[in-house]
Amino acid sequence: MKIFSEIGSYLILLKNVFHIPENPRLYRKKVIFEMRVLCLDSLPIIAVISIFVGAAIVIQLAANLSNPIYPRWITGYSSREGIMLEFAPTMINLVLAGKIGSHIASEIGTMRITEQIDALDVMGVNSASYLILPKIIACVLFSPVVIVVSIFLALMGGWLAGTLTGVISSYDFLDGLQLDYTNKSLIISLVKGLVYSFIISSIPAYRGYTVSGGALEVGRSSTKAVVESCITLIIANLVITNLLI
Amino acid sequence: MIEIKKLYKSFGDKTVLNNINAVFETGKTNLTIGRSGSGKTVLMKTMVGLECIDSGQVLFDGKDMVTMSKKERHSLRESIGMVFQNGALFDSMSVADNVRFPLRMFTNMTNGEMDKRVDFCLDRVNLGNVHTFTTSELSGGMRKRVAIARAIVTNPKYLFCDEPNSGLDPQTSILIDNLIKEITEEYNITTIVNTHDMNSVMGIGEHIIFIHQGNLWWEGTRNEITNTTNQELNDFMFNNELTKLLKASVLEKAVK
Repeated sequence: MKIFSEIGSYLILLKNVFHIPENPRLYRKKVIFEMRVLCLDSLPIIAVISIFVGAAIVIQLAANLSNPIYPRWITGYSSREGIMLEFAPTMINLVLAGKIGSHIASEIGTMRITEQIDALDVMGVNSASYLILPKIIACVLFSPVVIVVSIFLALMGGWLAGTLTGVISSYDFLDGLQLDYTNKSLIISLVKGLVYSFIISSIPAYRGYTVSGGALEVGRSSTKAVVESCITLIIANLVITNLLI
Repeated sequence: MIEIKKLYKSFGDKTVLNNINAVFETGKTNLTIGRSGSGKTVLMKTMVGLECIDSGQVLFDGKDMVTMSKKERHSLRESIGMVFQNGALFDSMSVADNVRFPLRMFTNMTNGEMDKRVDFCLDRVNLGNVHTFTTSELSGGMRKRVAIARAIVTNPKYLFCDEPNSGLDPQTSILIDNLIKEITEEYNITTIVNTHDMNSVMGIGEHIIFIHQGNLWWEGTRNEITNTTNQELNDFMFNNELTKLLKASVLEKAVK
């Protein structure tokens, strides 16, 4: 029963979050600030993970598909589809759930236990909207950038690793990459990214906003936020994949 | 003027506030005293709307906060200033931005007008030189004074202070108390201060209510409090080594 009560509280919080801002100008500035803190600062880790995992995927696929019965372009083709449909939107957002999720939950949670949220409420500010909405907007707006950068770097990493280690020729890899390309995979990837970025920003915000107690509880809620975001994201991935493929 | 009538509040089975009735007059420093856990902070939080009440009324100049519309409550909150126990300053902002925040949120002032008002409020709490400081660079007393500056920046009609001098040395406590009293008289606002500091009670307590185990146990002025026969209040006031010594020495002198 507790899970239904939690989902209910989460939805009520979201209702308060999506509220007309008291001062839209201030919110715009906050969105830009959050984009820098939450999203731009995450680009280095996204770049590193994308390059190395992309490289590992290509080397692994090339080794597994080395049997001559498979066409030579299959490694490039499979890498492209795997990276675009699963790695970039799902894996990268799982990583971001840890980085951004813990950041959001601990920031808002600390504000809650130090009465900063109460201070906002007493002033008449809609604290839920003021604190959470800019974070959600920043993550959702930046999501396409994250996805595109991740796809590009993962494929680059794969191409470099494949050709430098000699497991696949540059021609075969690039041939596979271009084979039967339509924008469908990219669109699915972007849709997934938008949904996941909403999940990884709103669930931690809920956990942080509803925390009570002290530093220990903030730590616990932060961990809970990351775990719940990851599980929700995985379930959402299954649903979206089934719906869009 | 703030009036509370038949106020009840409980958390689960535990009744925290039990039939509280009190009147807090405008232009006076009203004190709520009581031991830790007696219900002072909950009473204050119910008055500002941070906690929902079980039953009763909280009347701000005759208008019940509980039954008023969302819009009315919103505009009422804009006329409330509150100083929290630990200041509750926003960590991500400088001192000046903390004080400027309510102005940016709710007024159409230009940047120049806001700067002037922020300067005035920080000068008023004797902190004219900390505008660019971050909140972590401030001492406890400075944090409280910045919180007071932020609370008064929008010219509130009601000022709530939750243990404004807890954790401060006696001299800084007196400074904060005097500041609250001066501001109350200067702007003719209704001020309610939660405290268990007897220095504050004797220094600024024009109207005092004593909360004990969620009940309003005693009500009066600072002149009346020293002559009270209320046992619980006497225990609360004199139950420390210094006051016991002083009381004994006064009695000794009287006997002689």
